[in-house]
Amino acid sequence: MDAEIAKAQEERKKLEQQLASEQLASLNSVTFDTDLYGGNNPFEGYEKSIPVNEDEENLDTVDSQVPRRLASYTAPKSIMNDMPRGGDDDEALGFKKPQKIIDREDDYRRRRLNRVISPERHDAFANGDKTPDVSVRTYADVMREEALKRKKEETLKLIADKKKEEEAEKEKKPADSQATQKRRNRWDQSQEDSNAKKAKASSDWDLPDSTPGIGRWDATPTPGRVGDATPSLSRKNRWDETPTPGRVADSDATPIGGGLTPGATPAGMTWDATPKLGGMATPTPKRQRSRWDETPATMGSATPGATPAAAYTPGVTPVGGVELATPTPGAINMRGAITPEQYNLLRWEKDIEDRNRPLTDEELDIMFPQEGYTILDPPASYVPIRTPARKLLATPTPMGTPLYAIPEENRGQQFDVPKELPGGLPFMKPEDYQYFGALLNEEDEEELSPDEQKERKIMKLLLKVKNGTPPQRKTALRQLTDKAREFGAGPLFNRILPLLMQPTLEDQERHLLVKVIDRVLYKLDELVRPYVHKILVVIEPLLIDEDYYARVEGREIISNLSKAAGLATMIAAMRPDIDNIDEYVRNTTARAFSVVASALGIPALLPFLKAVCQSKKSWQARHTGIKIVQQIAILIGCAVLPHLRSLVEIIEHGLNDENQKVRTITALSLAALAEASAPYGIESFDSVLKPLWKGIRSHRGKVLAAFLKAIGFIIPLMDAIYASYYTKEVMVILIREFQSPDEEMKKIVLKVVKQCVSTEGVEADYIRSDILPEFFRNFWVRRMALDRRNYKQLVETTVEVANKVGVADIVGRIVEDLKDESEPYRRMVMETIEKVVADLGASDIDARLEELLIDGILYAFQEQTSDDANVMLNGFGAVVNSLGQRVKPYLPQICGTIKWRLNNKSAKVRQQAADLISRIAVVMKQCQEEQLMGHLGVVLYEYLGEEYPEVLGSILGALKAIVNVIGMTKMTPPIKDLLPRLTPILKNRHEKVQENCIDLVGRIADRGAEFVPAREWMRICFELLEMLKAHKKGIRRATVNTFGYIAKAIGPQDVLATLLNNLKVQERQNRVCTTVAIAIVAETCSPFTVLPALMNEYRVPELNVQNGVLKSLSFLFEYIGEMGKDYIYAVTPLLEDALMDRDLVHRQTAASAVKHMALGVAGLGCEDALVHLMNYVWPNIFETSPHVINAVMEAIEGMRVALGAAVVLNYCLQGLFHPARKVREVYWKIYNSLYIGAQDALVAAYPTLDDEESNIYSRPELTMFV
Amino acid sequence: MQASDRFNINSQLEHLQAKYVGTGHADMNRFEWAVNIQRDSYASYVGHHPILSYFAIAENESIGRERYNFMQKMLLPCGLPPEREDD
Repeated sequence: MDAEIAKAQEERKKLEQQLASEQLASLNSVTFDTDLYGGNNPFEGYEKSIPVNEDEENLDTVDSQVPRRLASYTAPKSIMNDMPRGGDDDEALGFKKPQKIIDREDDYRRRRLNRVISPERHDAFANGDKTPDVSVRTYADVMREEALKRKKEETLKLIADKKKEEEAEKEKKPADSQATQKRRNRWDQSQEDSNAKKAKASSDWDLPDSTPGIGRWDATPTPGRVGDATPSLSRKNRWDETPTPGRVADSDATPIGGGLTPGATPAGMTWDATPKLGGMATPTPKRQRSRWDETPATMGSATPGATPAAAYTPGVTPVGGVELATPTPGAINMRGAITPEQYNLLRWEKDIEDRNRPLTDEELDIMFPQEGYTILDPPASYVPIRTPARKLLATPTPMGTPLYAIPEENRGQQFDVPKELPGGLPFMKPEDYQYFGALLNEEDEEELSPDEQKERKIMKLLLKVKNGTPPQRKTALRQLTDKAREFGAGPLFNRILPLLMQPTLEDQERHLLVKVIDRVLYKLDELVRPYVHKILVVIEPLLIDEDYYARVEGREIISNLSKAAGLATMIAAMRPDIDNIDEYVRNTTARAFSVVASALGIPALLPFLKAVCQSKKSWQARHTGIKIVQQIAILIGCAVLPHLRSLVEIIEHGLNDENQKVRTITALSLAALAEASAPYGIESFDSVLKPLWKGIRSHRGKVLAAFLKAIGFIIPLMDAIYASYYTKEVMVILIREFQSPDEEMKKIVLKVVKQCVSTEGVEADYIRSDILPEFFRNFWVRRMALDRRNYKQLVETTVEVANKVGVADIVGRIVEDLKDESEPYRRMVMETIEKVVADLGASDIDARLEELLIDGILYAFQEQTSDDANVMLNGFGAVVNSLGQRVKPYLPQICGTIKWRLNNKSAKVRQQAADLISRIAVVMKQCQEEQLMGHLGVVLYEYLGEEYPEVLGSILGALKAIVNVIGMTKMTPPIKDLLPRLTPILKNRHEKVQENCIDLVGRIADRGAEFVPAREWMRICFELLEMLKAHKKGIRRATVNTFGYIAKAIGPQDVLATLLNNLKVQERQNRVCTTVAIAIVAETCSPFTVLPALMNEYRVPELNVQNGVLKSLSFLFEYIGEMGKDYIYAVTPLLEDALMDRDLVHRQTAASAVKHMALGVAGLGCEDALVHLMNYVWPNIFETSPHVINAVMEAIEGMRVALGAAVVLNYCLQGLFHPARKVREVYWKIYNSLYIGAQDALVAAYPTLDDEESNIYSRPELTMFV
Repeated sequence: MQASDRFNINSQLEHLQAKYVGTGHADMNRFEWAVNIQRDSYASYVGHHPILSYFAIAENESIGRERYNFMQKMLLPCGLPPEREDD
């Protein structure tokens, strides 16, 4: 008992000290009421967005009290992003460097590192009714601790408030308005006499805490120092002074404060135990650290938040102690004690120091020739730099040779090379030493205790999983899984979880470790109970990771965890976190709870949720409870419907909560529920309608936005009459908020308007009279076009409004703005008109509006300057197409514009003009403006000399569009002139040109081949061969088809000769395309025109040609299908030969030809030929080359279809029980595919087996006869 | 396993066996194959109504009885498995 009391007292004392010290922290940061002013930024109080999915409410008092500190001084992010960085080359080459998770996390997400991996807890189920041991943490203990923390927080807040009041009073007095007072800083108040000194010194304190690497320098008695420095106290060059303990007394800094730099107390729980004590015990090194923080390599910047998890564990304080001792210069090899970051920084700094060491006189003497140089005296005004950092760098080489000296051998030193690991373990990164360092000690495993051996085994396996090669990883993972119960939950999780808290963790590593947890969980089952909270601490951050897969992974683990541990344990583990003082913890806990709900069912969780949401003790609990409901809705979507009423009932009282945050989250949760359950479930929301609609009249700002959002999602669920009534109710407020200057409010208002307007019961007249005037007055302003999100939202809402009130109203209101002077605004107008007109057509538009519209569009089209030209183009196209014949009067004007712009200097403008022609060609035809089109055709024809490929492509596209609508005969210029002009363009290698050109040529070959002499077509054939090389599949396909058209037009002989010659080329893709072209020619001109020449070509003794012929045959039979029955006997001898050829590819291609043939002629009476071919195919079943065997198996499958399963089974039977295993395997494989393909058909064909003594194998039923 | 098997259904023989019970493998013995054949046959008789009615006429039984008999026979179509010789 005494021990316990003593412990409690000690704890209280600690707490008091902490309070005293954190008073400082809170004073430094809280300078005015954050609730009122929301921090330094006047807009900070507003959420940047109120998104449904990623709602992060991190504006609690808690985080505003934790001072926002800069990680380091750096350029703005936008500049950094633009700067070219060295590492990018690798990425361009496709090698993406593994990225650390922490690098892409924002500050909020980094708060995961503040969490403590809590010690295991009592498992009430395992111990039955026994009273738990005092040393075990029970639920009650945890709850008590949490309560203590909360109380502390409240006290702190009170103290801070009081201070604030005092400050305010002091500020009133004019006497206090000195510059020093403005700092509102403790030291300034207590020691006003030393202000001048303080101003500088205080900057040190704002910097993050230091690292051990600093202290060691001053401890080294360097010989050079005595001579060169005569430090004056005025320069405050403390480096050159001998550190005396006495100095601490007169120094400006309070030693306690040193241990507790404001920036370094992330949540007031990490540092408080260790460094303070250390700071008081050995104040000297602390003292001197301050100067070092100003050197460019502020090494400490990363450390405080990142001190490894080991340091957090209560009771263990090795790190702090080592840090504060004065280490020797060789401290780098203290692997276990320093954090990985420190290690990296040290390494880096050492490197930089070596490189930047100033040259000594001796070095200069050696570098420069003796003659021709004089040594000048430094100018009188020169003062050597005496910054301690640089001076120190000079000291290591006082008199040694500046050149290379053979270093003394020191076997103990580790340099930077990691030690080779025993026993084939994978490479260990410096960061890993902290966790796996023990593996380096080559102890005799026999001597270790069984527990230690087990631990070592776990570490080895984990290291293999984390850093090993894939096979290593796989076996290690399997071993961990298999032996999980043997290792026990404790040792496993105590090793795995700290690894996951490692700040330098990479995505891949985290994925692997999480996988380990998942597997182990499955095996351990109920044994995990004491570790549930620990696991949650490391897994919960995954739920808010920006990577989708990480989120999914996190959900899966938590869901498995809750299935293993059970609901009671999960609730017991997470309940204390629900009203944690840290918003981050509450947020992640809420998300984790929603996963538990989806894993174990909502009904199981309802009673608990109800209790939490009604908590009287703290608003945080209510807030989190309601947030859990929101997260459930987001996570499981429409599956909330069965529980909708109970969920709404649980949270509805939150709308009238005394706390504003609770009201906001309630409204957001209702929005999420309504969104998830749409379009059903309005009856469940009945009870919240009144408070919501009343609420919008009494609230302002963020709460109002949340309420409006909820209303926006609920209205679409309503019946028509109610929707109309409630819309009218809310519209008053919405219209008032139209004028809100807040961007977020604007977006929400627009969204709600969209949702209201699209609901059935809202009448067009009402919208027209009540909403539209204000809507257009407030939103259709130039400023809205500047922000991308506003722009999109406004266009969407306006389109939705137009769906209700019709085209004429909307277009009539904005059409004038097409001539506005702001281009982004014109673009927004154009996009809206395009969407509205495309959706609803143009029949509502009267003559006057039509005129205005065309006028405006022409103006906007002509005046555009920006590169983003597609909006204008699409808008123009959409309007012209929807007006149809009505544009006839304007066509001359439009064509005039186009012609003018085709002649423009800018390539973009020309391209756009050509594109516009292809968009409106169909409408021009409708308007019977063929003459005009002919004219445009001639103009385009004249521009075929265009040198910009993009533009040329568009011009060809425009020509194609015109040819398509007016036909070959009426085309001007006539086809016989146009095509020869296209032949040279076919040589162009630009993809867009090629594609449009081949399409145009193909179209002409198809429809108007007779207009062009055969000689020209042959010329084109030669050009087309080149096109078969194109990268784009569409081009190759169009080319191959064009061969077919040409062959049809001028007869197959010449084309075929060209193609057969092309089989001799080296390039494989070219040959493949040629074979396809041959097959297509055969298809379009009947096979008998092609086959003789083709088969004749097989006699050429050249592998490529023969294979090409076989491939053509294969394609040919694939294309002609049933027609193959007339040709099968003709080609059989050729295939016989090919199937017996030595060359594998021959047999492979022939087999695939046989397959296509068999499939084509199935059921057409060609069985004799097929059986004959089957006999040639069958010996190939033992081939091992994958392509060949695949082709052979497919041929056999084809035979199954054509000849029937029974025939193939008979081939099979001979080998099913062959003495050689290799043979059996192949035959069973064929049998299996046969069985899968035709199981039923085999029943009649199975062999008759004779009965044996006790077994009946015969099938007497089959012999039955009536 | 052969290289070519990577691409077809045979790549996962276990999966194949699980999905299609009647498929075989190189270590199958006469009895196992015969059992498969018998079961397939009975399933086929039951599945084709004309055949079932044909058997019913031939045996002078009702169709339902025939179906029942066939289904019962599917349990141990070839009797008990023979003793393993080598193990």
